[in-house]
Amino acid sequence: MKHLSDEQLTMAYYGDEDQQARAHLAECSECRVAFERLQRLLNELADYPAPERAASWEAEVWARLAPKLPARQERGEWFRWWMLAPALAGLLVVAFIGGMLMQRQRDVASGFSMTARQRALLAVMGDHLDRSEIVLAEVVNAAPGAADLDSERARARDLLADNRLIRQAARRDGDFRDAAVLDELERVLMDIAHAPADSSATDVEALQRRIENEGLLFKIRVVRSNIQKKEQNKGQPL
Amino acid sequence: MEWSDQAAAEEACKGNQYAFRVLVERHSRAVFRLAYRMTGNEHDAEDLVQETFMRAWKQLHKFDGRAAFGSWLYRIAANCSLDLLRSRRSRKEQQPAAGDDQTNPSWLETVASEGPSPERLTQSSEIAALLPAALDELSASERAAFILRHYEGCNIEEIAKALGTGTGAAKHSVFRAVQKIRRSLEPAWGVTR
Repeated sequence: MKHLSDEQLTMAYYGDEDQQARAHLAECSECRVAFERLQRLLNELADYPAPERAASWEAEVWARLAPKLPARQERGEWFRWWMLAPALAGLLVVAFIGGMLMQRQRDVASGFSMTARQRALLAVMGDHLDRSEIVLAEVVNAAPGAADLDSERARARDLLADNRLIRQAARRDGDFRDAAVLDELERVLMDIAHAPADSSATDVEALQRRIENEGLLFKIRVVRSNIQKKEQNKGQPL
Repeated sequence: MEWSDQAAAEEACKGNQYAFRVLVERHSRAVFRLAYRMTGNEHDAEDLVQETFMRAWKQLHKFDGRAAFGSWLYRIAANCSLDLLRSRRSRKEQQPAAGDDQTNPSWLETVASEGPSPERLTQSSEIAALLPAALDELSASERAAFILRHYEGCNIEEIAKALGTGTGAAKHSVFRAVQKIRRSLEPAWGVTR
């Protein structure tokens, strides 16, 4: 009588054996002993626990991953002309900030408009923060049960591209505190912009809690107030 | 509304990062578990979670929804882990083998000379403690095949897809892995066939 090979016993352990091997195993006590020995060992190895992760771990995974995700090439029926709106708005800001940066060298040479450039940036940032504050306030004050975030979503999308450019300009100018607030704002705007069309009351509440917990509206108001002070200081004739 | 994996994957494929975030938050722990078992190293597993989701994001257009999103994702995770194991093994081969060094006994010799007695090792926790070293003795494909079969409950076809081989080769990898693990653990366990 030909006994089962080790390979057949392994397959039997995982339930991959053929009918013939199964029949043999039922009849042959020698093979059954060998099978049970293998079974005992593999059963001992049933658990191979991974180290525990903290409760907030998924959020940390996302926080590390999100900035590295390249833009996806969107295709097909999803395309709507209005999707170009944020890009066009972004282009305007790019042109503006690009112009400012190109101007910088000439400014330095002429000794004239470093202040004018900063004043222009402050004006753009102030206006941007005003518009962002309105969107956030509307989300925070929305009644979760009856919330329709369509309008906020569209406006958040528009604001996102501008926010990125203004944040970069602020960082380049050494305004790291303002850049950090803009960074926080960007993450929340992204969440609003990408919130599903049929957001549940729970989703809206989570968004509201996030804005409130991070004290984002307060931080925006502080930056806004600092901008006003800076504008007043730079308001002298050039 | 709670998105299904399928719906979230479709949305993510259109560039919706919020939808992708749902998938990341839903599956990252399972991916971490798989990556940890495949590599035996916490930091590598963390890196592999990132690498897996990065690849998934780039390849979302290839997800056709015929298989569950989780299975598709775990296949990517297994592939990422395999790539790491293979590169790690090739680096190891370029270094002098630890076993060649007389001052550096193999883990089994250490177990035999200083470790707990066979009686004590019959306790599962102690056998399980020897498992990581036994897994390190396997080739990358054997380790992946064993982990996918034994811990992840994948069938032979799924393992073959993950390894990029035929089912016969996948079956054989599982068997070779089990055989090596038995050779490693049975002497310490005090069991001989």
